[in-house]
Amino acid sequence: MRPRDLLRPRPEGLYCPPGDFFIDPVRPVERALITHGHSDHARAGHTKVLATQQTLDIMGLRYGEGFARQTQAIGPGETVDVNGVRVSFHNAGHVLGSAQILVEHGGMRIVASGDYKRQPDPTCAPFEVVACDVFITEATFGLPVFRHPPASEEIARLLRSATQFPERAHLVGAYALGKAQRVIKLIREGGYEAPIYLHGALQRLCEYYASQGIDLGDLQPATVENSRKGEFAGAIVIGTPSAFADRWARRFPDPVSAFASGWMRIRQRAKQRGVELPLIISDHSDWDELTATIIETGASEVWVTHGREEALVRWCELNGIAARPLHLVGYEDEGD
Amino acid sequence: MKRFAELLDRLVLTPSRNGKLKLLTDYFRVVEDPDRGLALAAITGDLSFASVKPAILRALIAERMDQILFGYSYDYVGDLAETVSLVWPQNKAEGSHELTLTETVAMLQRASRSDAPKVLATLLDQADVSSRFAIIKLVTSGLRIGVSARLAKQSLADLGGVDVSEIEEVWHGLTPPYLALFAWLEGRVPRPERVAAALFRPVMLAHPVGDNDLDKLDPADFAAEWKWDGIRVQVVAEGGVQRLYSRTGDDISGAFPDLLEAMNFEGVIDGELLVGNPFGKTGTFSDLQQRLNRKTVSPKMQSQFPVFVRAYDLLQLGSDDLRALTYVERRDVLGGFVTTLDPARFDVSRNVAFDDWNELEALRRMPPHPIIEGIMLKRLDSPYLAGRPKGPWFKWKRDPHTIDAVLMYAQRGHGKRSSYYSDYTFGVWTGAEGAEELVPVGKAYFGFTDEELRQIDKYVRDNTIERFGPVRSVRANRTQGLVLEVAFEGLNRSTRHKSGIAMRFPRISRLRWDKPAGEADRLETLADLLDK
Repeated sequence: MRPRDLLRPRPEGLYCPPGDFFIDPVRPVERALITHGHSDHARAGHTKVLATQQTLDIMGLRYGEGFARQTQAIGPGETVDVNGVRVSFHNAGHVLGSAQILVEHGGMRIVASGDYKRQPDPTCAPFEVVACDVFITEATFGLPVFRHPPASEEIARLLRSATQFPERAHLVGAYALGKAQRVIKLIREGGYEAPIYLHGALQRLCEYYASQGIDLGDLQPATVENSRKGEFAGAIVIGTPSAFADRWARRFPDPVSAFASGWMRIRQRAKQRGVELPLIISDHSDWDELTATIIETGASEVWVTHGREEALVRWCELNGIAARPLHLVGYEDEGD
Repeated sequence: MKRFAELLDRLVLTPSRNGKLKLLTDYFRVVEDPDRGLALAAITGDLSFASVKPAILRALIAERMDQILFGYSYDYVGDLAETVSLVWPQNKAEGSHELTLTETVAMLQRASRSDAPKVLATLLDQADVSSRFAIIKLVTSGLRIGVSARLAKQSLADLGGVDVSEIEEVWHGLTPPYLALFAWLEGRVPRPERVAAALFRPVMLAHPVGDNDLDKLDPADFAAEWKWDGIRVQVVAEGGVQRLYSRTGDDISGAFPDLLEAMNFEGVIDGELLVGNPFGKTGTFSDLQQRLNRKTVSPKMQSQFPVFVRAYDLLQLGSDDLRALTYVERRDVLGGFVTTLDPARFDVSRNVAFDDWNELEALRRMPPHPIIEGIMLKRLDSPYLAGRPKGPWFKWKRDPHTIDAVLMYAQRGHGKRSSYYSDYTFGVWTGAEGAEELVPVGKAYFGFTDEELRQIDKYVRDNTIERFGPVRSVRANRTQGLVLEVAFEGLNRSTRHKSGIAMRFPRISRLRWDKPAGEADRLETLADLLDK
């Protein structure tokens, strides 16, 4: 069996002909296997969805309970048979509930990793290396310039700045699913116990994380109704990145704008966005994690998707691993 | 090294002056000698490494990395120093000793030309990403972190609770790592003595004439002089040493060997540096710019754009400090002194005779020379004081030029203004009738009230036609568009801008909600002004 007989790109997404299912399809399909809850991977409108319970919960929160006709939960390490194809889910370490999907058939093992990272994350289970013949890797940060420092060091800089500028509010831009909760959890681990203020768009997902046993401490809505302007002085406020470019941000005194993202590695990107305090915290693998993971999986062939395919393909060539870009459409970087 | 690297990282991205001052002051307070003094020297541009050249970097990275991967990386980042700092192979051993800034600087300074590549590679191997960036910035020309030497001095003044003029007064006698300076600022020793010759003296600055200011003043107490549109300089010749300083104390002698040659006296003159000669044509500010910001200057440049100094004041003559004398007394000495100097290089700024403010107002509006930008008023009994004391000196500028331009692009501001579109690029019309298009002529980000900012912000959000990151392109055509009255001090020719002109000190003077965009000014209006 050739790898492309088992999985191949189609306009809807990655398709498995013998199993008749798609992985993370971008258009509504009959049967979808979903790696994680970010909206470019998990869309509403499929007939049947197979995903981890947490991913299903998150899709329900975002799209409403009727997001699919029929859902089936699968635990990490569990295997199911889909039309004669063996499918199992394995932790990806990306966000809560995120999984890689191993597809096995006729002696061929392909892992679709979805999005993944190797740095420790207190809000989700760690990445698990799954041996395979073909490894499908993301390449969001697939350039040698992307090297994420330990997230705890980045949070330490944020906390130092909050001490150094006690009269200013620190506004931290973080994506709603995963990044925001990880940042909050890391701030707590950094010893910060005061209330953290939230933009309304984050509230439900934070509550969901808390219900899953991830204690985020005292979270308050960042509303002005109950508090006067000066009261946000010295506060840490978490919001979606777009919220801080919006009129919403005007309620805060002389804010320090921070942004938690792997893109913040590049100074010019921080500067363009008017970010004063870039926090290089990513839920995607950096260059070193990507290349180390490729080697660890033992894959003889690598398919590279969403991101900077060319550099990672080049690296594989230099290291004697067959590689090709897998041109899937529709994936953006909501997750970072 | 880490603390210095973090300071640089934060300074680069902190837009507000107060924020930068706080970062600098805190750094100088917390970091010990001699690290902090070397950081200061790096920021003020007083550190250099003779043997370490930027070209070494490219060679070093080529030995360490696939060139195609480096190419992808450099294309993406766009800045060589930053790219190298990021892609450099991680070699730092866990728990290895982290070099201090002092150790780093010492290694770089000791390096010979032949072992410089090895020294630099060793340093980069031992550093983390931020420190690598800082090291590369140190050895390539200029930090470019948006901090002027002046701002660094202000942060020192804040640290020691002294006036910045006191720092400037001693600055040029000091060398890195400035141990005596920090000791004084921390109150451990008295202020360092001025030892070296030809040091800078803090200059005296004027306040602008405000509304009704003149009503309260008696014309008989003041002398008037023309305010010339060159750059304010301090000409210092002392103990056989000649120096030319800008008004902030930057030593700009290197660009003016012709003037330095004529400084064969003992004294300190405060004056205006102009292009031309005192009895012939005086060049424009654009001409003067040909001579500024150069390390060396060719003989051709010197003959094409000769410079001279129009003296306003005399601070020292021989060994006598004249600063405590009154304006009248100093000017008296100055008049006699300048007659002993090369008349092609020095003359005196003459007083403008007037009886009352109305007469002076008329003169201000119709100055006798195009290179005059207004009038200076100086109290006859005032001593020469450092800084900008309120009362003794006033500047009364010529009214600014204004044009009506159309808002084309708006960019989000920083800090307090990060949720507002507050930086505006505006244009004027060009092209034949029926085929007019807007060409950008400048950018301004102040001059409006907070309420007006809110109104423009709303206009921008409601009339966006395209977005590029933090910039929005705003609807602007013959029938729709926001007309801004823009005030500016003058125009320079520019090869950098499509319009061929660059404005000096542009600001928004009025919002012309009433004016149709099609009636905004044309490029020819500005071109006429340029030719005058």
